[in-house]
Amino acid sequence: MAVIETKDLSYTYPGASRPSISGVSITVEKGEFVLITGPSGCGKTTLCRCFNGLIPHFYQGELQGEITVASMDVTKHQTHEMAKHVGLVFQNPENQLFALSIEKDVAFGLENLGLGREEMRKRVDWALNLTDIYNLRERSPHEVSGGQQQRVAIASVLAMQPEIIVLDEPTSFLDPISAEKIFDVIYELNKRLGVTVVLVEHRLDLTAKYAGHIVIMDEGKVCFDGDPRKILGAEETRLIGVGIPKATLLYQLLKKEGVNLSSITPLSSRELAESLEGVLQNHDRS
Amino acid sequence: MSVFDGLKFRRVSSPIHNLDPRIKFVYVIVIFIAAILFGEILPLIALFLLQIPFVLLARVQRQWLRSLRGATFLAMFIFIVNIATKFFTAGYILSATDIEFSAAMTLRFVVLVESFSVFFLTTSPDHLGLALEQTHVPYEFSFAFTTAVRFVPVLAEEAQTIMDAQKARGLELEKGNFLKRIRNYVPVLIPLIVSAIRRSLELAEAMESRAWGATKKRTNLYALKLHRGDLALLALTVCILVSSIYVRFYFVVPTLVQLF
Amino acid sequence: MIEVEDVHFFYSNQVEALKGVSLTIKNGEFLAIMGQNGAGKTTLIKHFNGLLKPSQGKVRIDGVDTRKTSIATLARNVGFVFQNPDHQLFCETVEEEISFALKNFGFEAEAIEKRTDWALNLLGLTQYRKTSPFLLSGGERKRVALASVLAWDPEALILDEPTIGQDYRQKEKLRQFIVQMQSQGKTVVIVTHDVEFVAECNPRVLLMKEGRIIADGEGKDILTDPEALANSSIVLPQVAQIFTYLSSLGFPKNIIDVYEAKAIILKALEEGRE
Repeated sequence: MAVIETKDLSYTYPGASRPSISGVSITVEKGEFVLITGPSGCGKTTLCRCFNGLIPHFYQGELQGEITVASMDVTKHQTHEMAKHVGLVFQNPENQLFALSIEKDVAFGLENLGLGREEMRKRVDWALNLTDIYNLRERSPHEVSGGQQQRVAIASVLAMQPEIIVLDEPTSFLDPISAEKIFDVIYELNKRLGVTVVLVEHRLDLTAKYAGHIVIMDEGKVCFDGDPRKILGAEETRLIGVGIPKATLLYQLLKKEGVNLSSITPLSSRELAESLEGVLQNHDRS
Repeated sequence: MSVFDGLKFRRVSSPIHNLDPRIKFVYVIVIFIAAILFGEILPLIALFLLQIPFVLLARVQRQWLRSLRGATFLAMFIFIVNIATKFFTAGYILSATDIEFSAAMTLRFVVLVESFSVFFLTTSPDHLGLALEQTHVPYEFSFAFTTAVRFVPVLAEEAQTIMDAQKARGLELEKGNFLKRIRNYVPVLIPLIVSAIRRSLELAEAMESRAWGATKKRTNLYALKLHRGDLALLALTVCILVSSIYVRFYFVVPTLVQLF
Repeated sequence: MIEVEDVHFFYSNQVEALKGVSLTIKNGEFLAIMGQNGAGKTTLIKHFNGLLKPSQGKVRIDGVDTRKTSIATLARNVGFVFQNPDHQLFCETVEEEISFALKNFGFEAEAIEKRTDWALNLLGLTQYRKTSPFLLSGGERKRVALASVLAWDPEALILDEPTIGQDYRQKEKLRQFIVQMQSQGKTVVIVTHDVEFVAECNPRVLLMKEGRIIADGEGKDILTDPEALANSSIVLPQVAQIFTYLSSLGFPKNIIDVYEAKAIILKALEEGRE
């Protein structure tokens, strides 16, 4: 069942001379972990904003084509309605936390929805535990690290229990270890709770291994859409300027030299290592 | 800056800090009214002394004294103006009553400043925001208040970074005459303002994405409940108000001069 | 060029951010400073142009004690590019932005014009000369900030987290740019988390933790040293990760370059065949 479906979607910001995205037709199935990537300016951030209604309701501008998210026509539902089904986590940790204590921030969306206090308390505690920040709940957002702030942002989106969570470069400002923690949290949510995850990222070396579906954009259009192993293994992808994982690059280089590695493109260092081990041991034996 | 120290919240756990901010605020207003009602020094001394147990219980003596020091300048000014007025209008003589009157006016000012100081020293911004929310102030206002408080340290850090960045490009903020120095701040102000605008845009996006405006009846995770301490303070407040009004209208308050 | 002698630094809230740091950076070196948030990296580099002065110890730039010199004088030789270009941009045109520092440093009108042209050209911004910097994209604004620092041609360039938010192509351009600066004899210091970027550049790497330097050496050795990694928030570069998994097969552990990895594996296969 498709949770996101776009047909020939194009959008031009007000006052812009060219559309930021054009002719985008993608489908995201329930429970998928989708990675959207591409060089800067390719339209990935714009596309994210379409998923929860910020485009067209907040940004105005010209939106053409069709877009259905969680069985709702985005153009016909206000952002606050979409918010119950699609959560959006932004790039800058500091600018999405408003309250003076972390648990009040996590409750923000629920307060907006008018939930009763008991239900709110339950959901807030649940979200805090899932993101492993329960012990930080009474601290002020400014006191905690960037990585912890992003976990607060994820918790506050989770608390609304949406079917889909969209994350727009959530680890840009974080160090690699905090980034990995965030990706682990997101992956858990996808695996355990079945939440559909749409992740926009540059750091493919850290994220490619989680995705079952990849969409690569360039200059507003979708260039590749499908199985990450096939797409990242192809020569053309590198040429667009996408930073494929080093393991995948090494795999391509070795394959070109005729090394008999498995036909399944590795997306992580472990996968390549296992493949290499097999080849090297075979050689040693012969 | 020491004056402002007297208004900044200090995170201490004391019975005063835990009192309901709404009741505390009503108490401060009543002190305000009582101070206005009386122009005589005796009741004002009483009102001033009334603050002290609160200050001690809340353990904010140092900050409170600092704000007192900050208020001294203005207090002196008020005293001198009053003395001077009395002196010149009474034909160049100064009686003991005049001095007492000027002292009373000064003390009234001090009482007003100090009661507010105690309020702000013992009420955290979260508590204040919560009080605003629960007293049916439109949510937009209390949200604007708490968000502003939340971002004050962030903006302060950013201002420092911007100054550093421009200093690293050779900007010398201290050089030049008064006019030049004001112009030197343009490269600091503009990035600060642009950044604040960008930040507001990002915050607005985040708010919308979390269902802002979904319903008119917004609920709240926390609820301020009145405890025994609050009721005690409320009772005290009512007593002060009633007795002040009573004394004002049915008694003549003696001056110190008359007593001695 | 930059000498740091047993520097201790205390912030106004009594936090000791640098606990006895000593370091020498030679002319023309390329150094990457890495470590956890709060390790003191940014505090350290702010000592290089006098934004911060040591509480104890000395910092000398080209032999000059930073405590005895103004920031403006030090900045003339040490260019500092901050992480967020929006913290610098304030002019109406890109041209004005680039000439701002030149005016501050007292360059003559003719020199200002020449250098502005040169900087615009170097970073591919000539077509934006009369554009407002606020209308440019994020990557373009970063280039404007960089151009405005290069315009006065400082001997040393310090870049604070230059790779944040940059895509692969932009990082490649940055890497080539740094190589170009080095070939001109400039000293380049970057503060970064980006292990893969550092792996591609293979500079001298300094690791910091809690206000101290805990490791100092060649990139490929530091980034693959398990003790160093355990002590800071950096991860092993992907290429090195592969070799860690294959450690039982006797490969060297300090490989961080893809092409070197390819060569080593091919050689191993050749040898295996014989």
